[in-house]
Amino acid sequence: MTAVIDEPARTPGRWAAPPRPVWEERPSGAGLAGKGIALSFACLAILFPLWIVLVTSLSSRKTIDESGGLVMVPKGITFVAYRELLSGGQVTRAAVVSVLITLVGTLFSMSVSVLCAYGLSRSGSLGHRWILMILLATMFFSAGLIPTYLLVQSLGLTDTYLALILPSAISVFNILVLRGFFTGISQELIDSARIDGAGEFRILWQIVMPLSRAVLAVITLFYAVGYWSAWFNASLYLNDQDMMPLQNVMIQLVQKQEAPVGMGQAIKTGQLSALAVQMAVMVMALLPVAVLSPFVQKHFKKGMLTGAVKG
Amino acid sequence: MSNSTVPRSRAEADEAQKTPVAAGGATGHGGARTSGKLSLRLRFRRDRVLLLMTLPAVLLVLLFNYVPILGNVVAFQDYDPYVSDNGVVSILHSPWVGLENFQRLFEDSAFWSAVQNTLVLFFLQLVLYFPIPILLALLINSVVRPRVRAVSQAILYLPHFFSWVLVIAVFQQLFGGAGILSQLLRQHGYDGIDIMTDPDTFRFLITAQSVWKDAGWGIIVFLAALASVNPDLYEAAAMDGANRWRRMWHVTLPALRPVIALLLVLRVGDALTVGFEQILLQRDAVGPGASEVLDTFVWWNGVRNQDFGYAAAAGLIKGVISLGLVLVANKVAHLMGEQGVYKK
Repeated sequence: MTAVIDEPARTPGRWAAPPRPVWEERPSGAGLAGKGIALSFACLAILFPLWIVLVTSLSSRKTIDESGGLVMVPKGITFVAYRELLSGGQVTRAAVVSVLITLVGTLFSMSVSVLCAYGLSRSGSLGHRWILMILLATMFFSAGLIPTYLLVQSLGLTDTYLALILPSAISVFNILVLRGFFTGISQELIDSARIDGAGEFRILWQIVMPLSRAVLAVITLFYAVGYWSAWFNASLYLNDQDMMPLQNVMIQLVQKQEAPVGMGQAIKTGQLSALAVQMAVMVMALLPVAVLSPFVQKHFKKGMLTGAVKG
Repeated sequence: MSNSTVPRSRAEADEAQKTPVAAGGATGHGGARTSGKLSLRLRFRRDRVLLLMTLPAVLLVLLFNYVPILGNVVAFQDYDPYVSDNGVVSILHSPWVGLENFQRLFEDSAFWSAVQNTLVLFFLQLVLYFPIPILLALLINSVVRPRVRAVSQAILYLPHFFSWVLVIAVFQQLFGGAGILSQLLRQHGYDGIDIMTDPDTFRFLITAQSVWKDAGWGIIVFLAALASVNPDLYEAAAMDGANRWRRMWHVTLPALRPVIALLLVLRVGDALTVGFEQILLQRDAVGPGASEVLDTFVWWNGVRNQDFGYAAAAGLIKGVISLGLVLVANKVAHLMGEQGVYKK
């Protein structure tokens, strides 16, 4: 890179642009404005709907009625919809189910995937090419919905939470990303641990995993989001309404416009706005993801790129 | 991973003692691996812990990815789900009907309508969706302030992590009969509109939802390609008198070309799979005429109508054609000198 000579030395603010190479033209005002508008538009297209959902969920029935439906400007924040939803009943139960499925499922998926990825990360180990082929081949075909459905049913998993975890527990892509990262760890480090008498499990736990925090965070997020967002398996394999996770309850409440069980009366008598309740459920569904993903964001690129090195 | 000279276990250590080449000169010979000298039994003893580690994942894959392939035999059966609670027992007791299910499929106009919808949606997404992440990546890449970049990237990535249920619920709040758009129209004296239930515009709605959810996420791979461009190229181009647009044309775009080609090829390989969950969630609102794709056709006939043999036949056709497409796409990716899904 060219050194910048003509810029006076100064400590740049965190929002300031880094110094520009001498050969590069100054951006024109129109160009900057155009870029700003385009980027703002893209970001607003994402944030504006979320804003409406959030504000409406926090609005009182009066505010919602006055605005003729969805609320754009917050006026008199109230948590009444959340209090109702979280005071026991259908949505509370569904939220607990979703949280538990996500925690247990993610832990299970991560354990299995990390073990498998590490087991395959040693070049020249017995059979690792064959095992890799078996895993990779599944990226090319899928057995189909009907045979999978019949299998899960035959295994007796119907109406159990195992049906929401086991069939989709591992993603071969995630294993490949992990493996790509593990193979990049310096062999000397692993050798020295081995000389010190560490077994494979110990090497994985004390050497490899601490060095792979970034990619582990990314893959954990991927799995967790997968479990949190899943609704199809529940709709296929669960018949009991009381067992349904949050996403499936959200389908009933928001898409089919049903009132949550036990709350219909409060809505009918006007204590509660059905719209605010719907929006509050949506906020509950998006909140964990929206809070967690920005923290992992800086690792995304690395994680996705190691995934590209395969074979 | 570099070749290790440290024996991995007692077995390998003993062997290394016996063979002077492995003990003394493995590093010197570069490719000469100690393991190559070991017998299968010793290698198994050495790697048994590693094999044990892969076991749970392999078992899961065998059980849930490979075993169901056998279940596709119901496509050739008049499968009766009421024979037994256990699907395997039902398969064993159901009568074979040969290609009857397939024959029925080919005469079914609903099946052909699903095929048509699938292809139309695929082409529409290819034309309207595919270029957007590229443009967004160019835009983000031209932002030099690190803070602005990081914040806008965080916002753009966000919807990728929302569930389809949520995305569709959000769209309903914007464009549904009671949504913001209708609300605004009514306040200004027009009739409200409900885009969410209109079969004529359904395909554009689906594409818009995909763009909203995943276009931001799609920029990652392009940003990575852009980050790997040698900055000296830009300087050299500038020295040769290229303005910013010429530099974009002659330096930036060529850097993106292999990624674009690869993604395009892989997408074509996935042509018959268009947003199953997304479409299934809106099937009731729009009606199957416009929204039925191959995946939802299988779901409707199998899971809902319990016509398992028929649905499995449709799924099998889709699976076989998809496999062919993926293999061809991967082959093309290789021919272009790219890695594709796996390395040759």
